[in-house]
Amino acid sequence: MNELIHGGLYGGMIVGVLMTTTAMALWFERKFAARMQSRLGPTMVGPSGLLQPFADVVKLLQKEDIVPFQADRVLFNLAPPLGAIAAISVAAVIPFSADIIAADLDVGVLYLLAIGALGVLPVFIAGWGSNNKFALLGGMRALAQSVSYEVPLVLAALVPVILTGSMKLSAIVEFQATHHWLVVWPFFLGVPAFIIFMLAMLAEANRIPFDIPEAESELVAGITTEYTGIKFALFYMAEYVHTLVASAVGAALFLGGWDGPFAPGLGWMVAKTLALFGFVYWLRWTLLRFRSDQLMALCWRYLVPAGVVLVAASAVWVVWVG
Amino acid sequence: MTSGLALLAFLMVATAVAGSMLIGARILRVVSTKNERLKTSTYECGEVPSGMAWVRFHARYYVVALFFVLFDIETAFLLPWATIVREVGVRGLVAVGSFVVVLMLGWVWASRKGALQWQ
Repeated sequence: MNELIHGGLYGGMIVGVLMTTTAMALWFERKFAARMQSRLGPTMVGPSGLLQPFADVVKLLQKEDIVPFQADRVLFNLAPPLGAIAAISVAAVIPFSADIIAADLDVGVLYLLAIGALGVLPVFIAGWGSNNKFALLGGMRALAQSVSYEVPLVLAALVPVILTGSMKLSAIVEFQATHHWLVVWPFFLGVPAFIIFMLAMLAEANRIPFDIPEAESELVAGITTEYTGIKFALFYMAEYVHTLVASAVGAALFLGGWDGPFAPGLGWMVAKTLALFGFVYWLRWTLLRFRSDQLMALCWRYLVPAGVVLVAASAVWVVWVG
Repeated sequence: MTSGLALLAFLMVATAVAGSMLIGARILRVVSTKNERLKTSTYECGEVPSGMAWVRFHARYYVVALFFVLFDIETAFLLPWATIVREVGVRGLVAVGSFVVVLMLGWVWASRKGALQWQ
């Protein structure tokens, strides 16, 4: 019973903060993108447009709900909430500080990989359920992409598991706090694994340069073509939450999580997460979108063998060096 | 604090958030009195959609699925070993190594065949 209350309380807290951060991230992205393109971005709603995301949510809540008559109604309506739930659920195992963690599972890494992979199913359900050709193309490509990038993602996540000998996220961070952060030592294993992990996480979250499913210049709006109002917003939110959670996981697995001098653990974890998050936006507004075939070639011909070599190297390192 | 119960509570919170947004929209959203056929048809660049979208896929997706199953089973075998690499030492290394080498030989063969190219 205690556990249930603990999970509920921390869950409410973490999800609340996550939602607020997501809203602020929307503002940040628009402002940041505007600055990179010599524009001003939102300025009217609130001081420097800070309340713009909330205005957007209220607007989307009021929109008419249109379901295409040819669509599969059940699947069409089920997909957006499922997508949002899958994206939020990963946050359950992330250690935000030594004691702020909703459910410290022994198989934390396995859990987050499994739930992270689940996130593509609502995308495909949406693509199929819409009965729209653009949506179906987007859904198929999303499925192929996520399924492919799942392999390098798991291989890269295995490196910290092998080096620390645990799948529990708090134990992985603990190990890094008492030894070194994994990107510092052994950096020849930590840094490449970190890069592969972040690339694959971006691909799973469908962010540019990997936003094939929503490629708005080719597929109208991809899987979200037929969605209106709050259902569209749920998909959009799922994408941002997924990116945010991916940054947090990357920070915990490779950058030492809440470990750091002078400041309390929570501050370090938040700083690292937001730094990674900001970097993702920087990439998004700098790079172009990959073509679908280039994306698959990058995954299967380079990232998968690189991941296998990394796993082998870290196992050898652990056995012979310690 | 290693309990599925805490996780269950978290999942309920996540479901409640998504559900409350849907319910909020149900209360706040406008409902139109007119319901034209054209408005609820799927979007196809403004034309009347030709046929259904539920058609056959390209076979290349099937190849991707096959590869995924192969490598996902590999990672499923690697995961339990990854936590005890220190304890099983060289013996484990040889066992897992031989398995991975066989798998990667398959990868080399597929790569030569051009199966990893997305034509």
